[in-house]
Amino acid sequence: MDFKGSETVAGPRSEDALPETATAAVKVVVVGGFGVGKTTLVGSVSEIRPLTTEETMTQAGVGVDDTVGVERKTSTTVAMDFGRISLNEELVLYLFGTPGQQRFWFLWNGLFDGALGAVVLIDTRRLEVSFDVIGRLEERGVPFLVAVNSFPDAPGYPLDELRAALDLPGSVPIVACDARDRASSRDVLISLMRYLHSLAATREVS
Amino acid sequence: MREGDQEWDEGSPERLYVITGGRSASTADSSLDLVTLIVARSGPTAGMQPEAASILRMCHSPLSVAEVSAYLELPMSVVTVLVDDLLASGKMRSRAPVAAAQLPDTALIEAVIHGLQRL
Repeated sequence: MDFKGSETVAGPRSEDALPETATAAVKVVVVGGFGVGKTTLVGSVSEIRPLTTEETMTQAGVGVDDTVGVERKTSTTVAMDFGRISLNEELVLYLFGTPGQQRFWFLWNGLFDGALGAVVLIDTRRLEVSFDVIGRLEERGVPFLVAVNSFPDAPGYPLDELRAALDLPGSVPIVACDARDRASSRDVLISLMRYLHSLAATREVS
Repeated sequence: MREGDQEWDEGSPERLYVITGGRSASTADSSLDLVTLIVARSGPTAGMQPEAASILRMCHSPLSVAEVSAYLELPMSVVTVLVDDLLASGKMRSRAPVAAAQLPDTALIEAVIHGLQRL
């Protein structure tokens, strides 16, 4: 049996290794349609080159009794890019960029269940793809904010108009960002955390 | 032409089936999350399955299960089975992810904000 290459599997470069003191990890999910800039945003704040984890829609083991009939093309591979930020010696934040279609969300166990919250990244040229995403996050009780990625040729609407167009509740923050810019992308995450903090503080008081 | 004469497809269901020993790669029963940090407690031993040995080698310092999946170029569902085995046999230990049961507490969020502000 050929396990060619398995002896040379790389793993992280030494500078990408986490310190021994890293004991806890949290995650934030960046949701958005194709081409909206999820990977750009993840990459601009990540301390490592964004990595990709894949999952096959056809689970391994399905149909193995009939391998001769298995068509490779029928098992769809879905990729999810992610990055990492070491927040301090112990705490690590992972950022996952995931497609908006809910059928992908179930491929990764607990993608949203264990997440602190989500960033819905939108492109004003294609607002319609955001409606479903926002509705599904609300259904699942995932706290989120909306970040408007500023594309040079995209119409620039005032955020209030976008809030109305997206039918966003007044409590959900909406911010503008440039996903290519590290500080701007970081500020999106800080805005999300401040929102989560206000939710948690309300919860702790009541 | 027999199927076995074809080039071995790295991502084929057949290969993944072989790696997991034919077990269902459902992640539902696993406690492993994408961001569970795992660390090797010992090095690979002779005769160990190559993928399992690779995991032990790359986890000499902590790494998330998602990173292992990325570096091995294997689906999370397959990596989960392998890592669960390594945990059960005591060759690895895991560091439980911070459980954000409903909403995380304010202290955790403040730590995240402080970390982000230093970027």
